[in-house]
Amino acid sequence: MKDNPFSLWVYLSQSPLLWLTVTLLVYASTDAVSLASRRHPLANPVLHAMWIIGAFLLVTGTSYTTYFAGAQFVHFLLGPATVALAVPLYENRRRVVSSIVPMLVALVAGSVTAVVSVVLLAELAGLPRDVVLSLAPKSVTAGVAMGIAESLHADPSLAAVAVILTGIMGAIIVTPLMNRTGVTDFRARGFAAGLAAHGIGTARAFQVDEIAGVFSGIAMSLNALVTSFLVPLAVTLLVR
Amino acid sequence: MLASLGLILLCQLIGEAVVRGLGLPLPGPVLGLLLLLILLLARDRFALLACGPLRNGGVETASKGLLAHLSLLFVPAGVGVVQKLDLLASHGVAIILVLALSVVVTLLATVLTFRLVSRLLRQQDAR
Repeated sequence: MKDNPFSLWVYLSQSPLLWLTVTLLVYASTDAVSLASRRHPLANPVLHAMWIIGAFLLVTGTSYTTYFAGAQFVHFLLGPATVALAVPLYENRRRVVSSIVPMLVALVAGSVTAVVSVVLLAELAGLPRDVVLSLAPKSVTAGVAMGIAESLHADPSLAAVAVILTGIMGAIIVTPLMNRTGVTDFRARGFAAGLAAHGIGTARAFQVDEIAGVFSGIAMSLNALVTSFLVPLAVTLLVR
Repeated sequence: MLASLGLILLCQLIGEAVVRGLGLPLPGPVLGLLLLLILLLARDRFALLACGPLRNGGVETASKGLLAHLSLLFVPAGVGVVQKLDLLASHGVAIILVLALSVVVTLLATVLTFRLVSRLLRQQDAR
């Protein structure tokens, strides 16, 4: 260590400990800023944590693979967190059962709109075919979208990036957009957030209102189901 | 706390196993969610099940702990954007615009359908 000040860095930068610590601390700070701004949509903690960590990796010349070796412990918890959505669903089951019909109709309308709109717009923008295919499942949660992209022989890592970008933009835009439409029903607002912007939309919905969060979680789970069936169908019909 | 986390993981594990085993086109954790929901509902009906993490709000507390920082869990995948800088340099603006427009259209289609249908149902009830 004394003879070479870089040896400590070389050791640490390869260990999961450093990158796990960086992920947690950067997120803790961006979340604190978000809280201090009273959860302003533009202070989205995921967005800011993402570019700060990304810039740090680029500056230190660290590969994403090395970073992910540490950050995977956080990434892994996405699965258990999905299971955990059962609890708010259980606690609010009466409200959920009483709005089952609007939920199911909105689910079909929303899922179809999500897939068809992104495929048509991407074709219109003249994006390459494999990009169009990777963008198609962007409204569902990361793990599911990657699986769908894989089955279409598209690029799963691009699909994951499209999912996160969609989630962040959805989470930023949902509150101002819904205020403008004048919809005050937090069941409907939450359901739309979860359907269009999966877990990041759901995290945002829980910040705004508990009922919105519950409906958002349901929308996210149901949309994962519907989109898995819908994307292959839409791609066959719409992609040249 | 430990038993509650274990129960959550067990639900996911069974979900993944069933999905893989039967080749179902749905994510394992979603099946795990259904399983935990069924367990919670069954617990209220059969007193026998109300033990371990299913007693005194054990699994409820653990789940709320996990969900409290749901956003954090998306950060590692989000940082993956550093691998796609070439693609974003060539098609970034188009991709962002396409995703932004699509998310706005999807939000509006969903929320307006939800409102429309629940309003229609309420009118029907009133009649």
